Amino acid sequence: MSGKVVTITSGKGGVGKTTTTANLGVALASLGDKVVCIDSDIGLRNLDVVLGLENRIVYDLVDAVEGRCRVSQAMIRDKRIETLYLIPAAQTRDKNAVSPSDMIKLCNTLREEMDWILIDSPAGIERGFRNAIAPADEVLVVTNPEISAVRDADRIIGLVEAEERGPAKLVINRLKSSMVKRGDMLSAEDVVELLAIPLIGIVPEDENVIVSTNQGQPVALEAKSLAGRSFNNIAKRLKGEDVPWLDLNEKDGIFNRLGRIISGGG
Amino acid sequence: MEIKGTKDGILVNLEGQDWLEAKDELISQITTRQEFFQGAQMILDVGANVLRAKDLGELRDVLSAQDVALTAILSHSIVTQETAQLLGLKSEPANPQGRPERKLKPLDTVLPGEAAVMIHRTMRSGFKVAYQGHVVVLGDVNPGAEIVASGSVVVWGRLLGTVHAGAEGDETAVICALDLSPLQLRIASKVAIAPKGDKDPQPEVASINGDQIVAEAWQG
Repeated sequence: MSGKVVTITSGKGGVGKTTTTANLGVALASLGDKVVCIDSDIGLRNLDVVLGLENRIVYDLVDAVEGRCRVSQAMIRDKRIETLYLIPAAQTRDKNAVSPSDMIKLCNTLREEMDWILIDSPAGIERGFRNAIAPADEVLVVTNPEISAVRDADRIIGLVEAEERGPAKLVINRLKSSMVKRGDMLSAEDVVELLAIPLIGIVPEDENVIVSTNQGQPVALEAKSLAGRSFNNIAKRLKGEDVPWLDLNEKDGIFNRLGRIISGGG
Repeated sequence: MEIKGTKDGILVNLEGQDWLEAKDELISQITTRQEFFQGAQMILDVGANVLRAKDLGELRDVLSAQDVALTAILSHSIVTQETAQLLGLKSEPANPQGRPERKLKPLDTVLPGEAAVMIHRTMRSGFKVAYQGHVVVLGDVNPGAEIVASGSVVVWGRLLGTVHAGAEGDETAVICALDLSPLQLRIASKVAIAPKGDKDPQPEVASINGDQIVAEAWQG
């Protein structure tokens, strides 16, 4: 078996990298794939909290890299979905505890066992980001429909291209269709036009995300939440399925139109 | 003295020249063309000149006073290479991807002094190109990207970033783009900020007219 390494990054903080990683992990594992999520945000870990696995951490990423434990010992198995694992970040160290070649070595070990290795990148463009993209087969750039996040996403996409890990794929998170309609928010089309990379998913603003994050129950576990369904669709698209675009707006189907434009354009 | 822009910074070729003369000329070039060199990373090809730590250290200090960072020294001389390493300078250009450097070989038909570089990609935020000559971009220039050219700048795409044409004082330089909506335009010593507001994108040319920069629709 040779698993695929997908790095989730953004440049700007707080746009939803960790939420996206957790939900894609849950979504892919629910489809029966073996998934390991790696939190590479050493010193500021929180993927464990979002996944609700904080209380079960014994060993972490740095322990595995520095050989204080076997890689399998650092992998926490999720209780809800048997095929989902987490390698948490160390909280008491910093980004320099791990090097890009450590990450490549670790991922090469994990590839043999797993279908998917999802790496949650820290914000920024420094060492932590370099660690996260070094082993990537595919890079997802998460952005929000606001100028500052898009500007940082553009910078990150350029860096991913320079590292020859591109082309990155785009996830637009926290879109509010009512604000877009009023002209108060960038539309998904605006964002895609500027960044000029393939779009793999649009996730609407959804209060359930905050509730579920606080409870450590990713929304992708709930079929009824719109954000959860969006994440499940991204997971299917990662697997190569052609999934129709969700109508995030009850009345005006602009996303359907967008979806048609994108699939029509290849 | 041959000066050209590369991906890793400004490459200055002093090969075959006497070190002391070449050094003085380089320093005078940098002081007179501050706008072009400011903030640049410089790679120096010194050919066979044998340089000691004192020579290179002095030059580095003079350059850094002008806000130019000396990053690498290329040389055939082993002594010079060792000196460079001693000072923490690279003795070969950083080119991690092993991409061939874009070499510009002048053709016979090239007009004297009309050097140009072509960038066939979208320039994203954080990328900067500084070139002594004209710059042509086949792609978009996104907000946060920066072009500094001593000549004119042509963008076959959307120009949303920052451009400085005629950076060495050439007031006849122009900036044109299929959609001219930059954050800021500079030609020679003039600065203009594009007016806010949506307009239908159309090819435009910006140039100096009288005392200010004006943009006009492209008349084929």
